[in-house]
Amino acid sequence: MSATDTSATMPAPDTRSPWGEVLHSLLRSCTFLTGLGILLFWIACALFGEHFVPYDPLANDIINALMPPSAEHWFGTDQLGRDVFSRVIVGSRDILTVAPLATLLATVAGTALGLLIGYFRGIVDDIVSRVLEAFMAIPVVIIALLAIVALGTSKITVIIVIGLSFAPIIARTVRSAVLAERELDYVAAAKLRHEGALHTMFVEILPNVIPPILVETTVRLGYAIFAVATLSFMGFGIQPPSPDWGLSISSNYGMIGGGFWWTVLFDALAIASLVIGVNLLADGVHGAFND
Amino acid sequence: MTEKNALELKDLSVAYRVAGRNRAVLRNVSLTIGRGEAYGLVGESGCGKSTVALSVVRYLPRNSSITGGSIALDGQDVMKLGAEALRRARAESVSMVYQDPGKALNPSLRIGRQLTEIFELAGISGQAAADKAIAMLNLVRISDPASVMQRYPHQLSGGMQQRVAIAMALANDPSMLILDEPTTGLDATVEAEVLDLVAQLRRELSASILFISHNLAVVSKMCDRVGVLYAGMLVEEGSTKDVFNDPRHPYTVALLRCLPRGGQRKDQGRLDTIPGFLPGIGANIIGCAFADRCALATERCRTEPPPLYDLGEGRLSRCHHHDKAQSLPRATPAEVPTAAPRQAPPVLRVEGLNKTYASHGRPLRAVKDVSVSLRPGETLGLVGESGSGKTTFAKLLLGLVQPDEGGSIELEGQALSPRLASRSEDQVKAVQIVFQNPDSALNRSHSIRHILSRALKRLGGLTGKTLDTRLEELVRSVRLTDRHLAVKPRQLSGGLKQRVAIARAFAGEPRIVVCDEPTSALDVSVQAAILNLLADLQSKQDVSYIFISHDLGVVRYLSDKIAVLYLGRIMEFGPSEAVFSGPHHPYTEALLSAVPKLDRTESSRIRLDGEIPSAANPPKGCVFHTRCPRKIGAICETQEPELVEAQPGHTIRCHIPFAELARLQRPRTVEPA
Repeated sequence: MSATDTSATMPAPDTRSPWGEVLHSLLRSCTFLTGLGILLFWIACALFGEHFVPYDPLANDIINALMPPSAEHWFGTDQLGRDVFSRVIVGSRDILTVAPLATLLATVAGTALGLLIGYFRGIVDDIVSRVLEAFMAIPVVIIALLAIVALGTSKITVIIVIGLSFAPIIARTVRSAVLAERELDYVAAAKLRHEGALHTMFVEILPNVIPPILVETTVRLGYAIFAVATLSFMGFGIQPPSPDWGLSISSNYGMIGGGFWWTVLFDALAIASLVIGVNLLADGVHGAFND
Repeated sequence: MTEKNALELKDLSVAYRVAGRNRAVLRNVSLTIGRGEAYGLVGESGCGKSTVALSVVRYLPRNSSITGGSIALDGQDVMKLGAEALRRARAESVSMVYQDPGKALNPSLRIGRQLTEIFELAGISGQAAADKAIAMLNLVRISDPASVMQRYPHQLSGGMQQRVAIAMALANDPSMLILDEPTTGLDATVEAEVLDLVAQLRRELSASILFISHNLAVVSKMCDRVGVLYAGMLVEEGSTKDVFNDPRHPYTVALLRCLPRGGQRKDQGRLDTIPGFLPGIGANIIGCAFADRCALATERCRTEPPPLYDLGEGRLSRCHHHDKAQSLPRATPAEVPTAAPRQAPPVLRVEGLNKTYASHGRPLRAVKDVSVSLRPGETLGLVGESGSGKTTFAKLLLGLVQPDEGGSIELEGQALSPRLASRSEDQVKAVQIVFQNPDSALNRSHSIRHILSRALKRLGGLTGKTLDTRLEELVRSVRLTDRHLAVKPRQLSGGLKQRVAIARAFAGEPRIVVCDEPTSALDVSVQAAILNLLADLQSKQDVSYIFISHDLGVVRYLSDKIAVLYLGRIMEFGPSEAVFSGPHHPYTEALLSAVPKLDRTESSRIRLDGEIPSAANPPKGCVFHTRCPRKIGAICETQEPELVEAQPGHTIRCHIPFAELARLQRPRTVEPA
């Protein structure tokens, strides 16, 4: 076979890219698109909400306090007379900064840790895995309490607390994916080039474990939103006068007994819709990678 | 329908729906299998063999549809069957055996449960069903059926699993048995057993057989008639003997030429290849489907689709020039560059290498006391069944696995550290490997350019412009082009991927390249091109190969020396010609005799009984005595024979003296595939 005749007859390489296929199946997934729609709605509210809400979400109006939903105040007003509709729309701002940043921290830390223990296995894996398991056994709230005592209350504290409590979960997912990858021959081929461990982990293996990391990250984002709302409700992290949903529920839930349900219901629905939206998104991503 | 044939396909067309378009997979396939007949279907992957099998039982995937023609099973139109009738036909008259018995058996049910279930479906239950199941296992020559009934599939070897699968297929006494690559995943010795079994069962039962295989020799051994599929079309049909000895379609001619036959060796000429590629699924074919790859093609072939010419005596050929098919010119010139005589000192010398794993607290000797040496430009073929230690030995050389203390590896006269990390850069690049499965060996996230550049940088120590120049040379040396550089491995075919893997191994101008079954995942025409490439690179660069393959024809083609391994021990070592032509070790003899031959000459048959023993508990004395057809007595069970030099450079580990082996083995001449 001469060089010319072979190359002349070789078929053009197939040009479909795997990421293109994933994108294609994402765009056809109802689950994914619904989730994306909900998430984009709340992101838009966080970014531009203050320009089109009917009232200043922070403006007190004691005369009109605790008004039920009406044409003027669609969702009614709270005990300080603030417009609940305006507060709900703008209330996504803090949670949509804190939760994604916490998830990002968890993903970066968890991925690095997972690559390390999955690649080296042995004693490193045994020790680190046990520590991670012990860490995972402690409820987030307790970690948060300790952190707040140590670091004081701030958004940064919330990000670090949630990020570090989710990191072990991501590390476990990455570890199991890496365990399967490291047995493949391309890792042996890298060893036969005397590649260092860092190169093998981050250049050879990491790109191949991105799909499970992406899936886990979107799932974690849903939990992170839930966790941020919980911590705000308990008074950690996001502080008044922010119109944050968890915070609003926390300051108004005492009113439910008095029949002022609208001060709590719409914030609760907002949290639920955002969590459901992100979970739908995660389902779609999972489906696209596991078709 | 004049006569009730076992199977009759008339103008069967099947299409797969891909990206909203119907793509033809089978195009007007007509074939008939008579009662009790065995019909072989051959062709390369992607030509539609399995689609035929699945159509017969209407198990086609969801996105496919039968776009025309008819299928009649026992004179009954399969396409018109309702759901219930179809279920009954599948349960009663047709059975299938698949390639991978591990996937065909339910891993969580005992064998007995799975077998009796079939009889329960037929209305037989309790003890009667169990008795029948045991009878079936006896039929497939399983010696201890009662205990096999109690086991789970994973507790059986691959050969046993396939026997059980065949027993299950035969349980309903089908009139039609479809075997889809039934021996492809099995060792040659086990394959021989399974094929013998099928041949015996054919005599005992009346089932007709549709036998699908890419292995021409297997089909030639098993079948009365054979059909050759190409691009979803039947291009040639006839009696097996006629088709393989006197092919009348250029595709069949070319396919047969791709195989190293009659002990052909690399210095006796290149293998022929088939230029070009199979038309893609659903391609719009105007003239003859094979015209683009056929040196005999004329203008007529490109414009006028050839009909299936009837050549008499049941022979059909879909070629306008069927009378000239055998004059097909070679696609690859046969001449090879003459290799310089080799007087150089050995590039590799291995002395007393051992590897012991711990298995449930017991030592498992994967490699025991192996010594070999290899000169520059030579190939050492490693032969043996799975579990004989071939791959472990290769990993010891590469430094991927640590050997036991003692023993030594020398590369060009210098000691080679057993630990990869403590080898020098020069030693690392000198010993490289081409893995069996390019999908696992090439990083799927990296482009071909990245993969090869990285190898050139690390192994060749190149950077910048020199790297680019060398990259171009490297790519050309494995017959790829620049446009293959930008893509990811998954966008290339299996053969092209293997070329990339070869290029990577050659990036640092290695002295020794381990080739671990590099062609076992490839079609014969691609295999021929890869073997030619390896032979060319070897003669140009004077590199030595350690070549591992289960295909003895391929090993013989490329190897200068052969080491036959059994349970981690070298049973025979010597020049390729001496080992193959004999006299040889009884184990080598059995391996050679297990290989089905294309010319259907049945050599005196030596079959190995039973399984390869566990390396954790090897037999005392000669490790081979439990299966040895030439065992001479108590000495074989008590004393392990030494490797004795029978002829200069040819050593055999056997108690039988060499002269006696020569006498025992004289009557037959050994001609592997």
